[in-house]
Amino acid sequence: MRELSLHVLDLLQNSLEAGATRLDVSIEEDLTADRLTIEVRDNGRGMSAETARQALNPFFTTRTTRHVGLGLPLLAAAAERCEGDLAVDSQPGSGTVVSAAFHHSHIDRAPLGNMAGTLLAFLLGGDDRPLRLGYRHRVGDEAFEFDSAAIEAEVGGLPLSYPPLRDWLRDFIAEGEASLAVAGRATGTEGRGAGTGHEPSHALHSAVGQKGENDAKAQES
Amino acid sequence: MPKLKSLEDLQRIREQAKQDLKIRTETGTKIIVGMGTCGIAAGARETMHAILEELNNRNIDAHVTTVGCIGMCSKEPLVDIEQAGQPRVTYCNVHPDMVPRLIEGHLVQGVVVEDWALGRIPQEGIGQSKE
Repeated sequence: MRELSLHVLDLLQNSLEAGATRLDVSIEEDLTADRLTIEVRDNGRGMSAETARQALNPFFTTRTTRHVGLGLPLLAAAAERCEGDLAVDSQPGSGTVVSAAFHHSHIDRAPLGNMAGTLLAFLLGGDDRPLRLGYRHRVGDEAFEFDSAAIEAEVGGLPLSYPPLRDWLRDFIAEGEASLAVAGRATGTEGRGAGTGHEPSHALHSAVGQKGENDAKAQES
Repeated sequence: MPKLKSLEDLQRIREQAKQDLKIRTETGTKIIVGMGTCGIAAGARETMHAILEELNNRNIDAHVTTVGCIGMCSKEPLVDIEQAGQPRVTYCNVHPDMVPRLIEGHLVQGVVVEDWALGRIPQEGIGQSKE
């Protein structure tokens, strides 16, 4: 997949299939240790040790519609190609934790991409069962976090798909994620550097970003 | 963090909804986007956002939901449109730029967009007949 955020969406869908009602996504970007960790934790039905081990085998799936299951193997490959790894921790009846670690600055690490798009697609596309999503994204010392239950409580249980609420949610997540992008850029300087004085690092960052995109395109073809 | 400002917004949305919500109880239109590994890799997330955007622009009320893989991975992104009293139609390889025509044709004009339709599933039936 072209973005790590797409893997996150895939993991969230796995959790839904496992009957989860409570999901927690954590993205930790430790810029000092140069480490990126993505963790998805759910309260679904869980897996036996054997099934959890098998889940990393691309020719294993619990589905009957096809014979391959590529979600976790693809994520494992994405992590391993940049000096990271994937761990699946699960017990029948007590949910599953999938965590993937990456060498943050590794040239082969896919960009995190559109996390806001992933979270929205998940929050809006759920079935009718009540879902609770906790999200926490940390970059250096800055963090953006929310709990879907707190938002729902604030609007008196309105469905998140109610258009004005959906628009609010989109802006809220986009702004939260954008504030982290600023934090990431300002690494090594004090504070978040809003506005002037940080153009050089900004320019450098976007140049690197563009290069990354071109790389991704080159790989694709 | 945009949190403080946002809480007030939420109160406002809550008030707004009190007047609004009666209108949108059951819409009868359901749009289902394939969001398995294969769908996601083929761009289903962007397709779903394009659908939400188009519905919003045209002020159409429909329930957009996601589903896992149904085994036709090469045809992803798959989008099913189900309307009360009509067979469910499956569209294949639906990319964001196709969404306006799809919504215009199927939901506004009520005509199945044959070019992109993969098949239809009768309301109650399990069997699927090819177009």
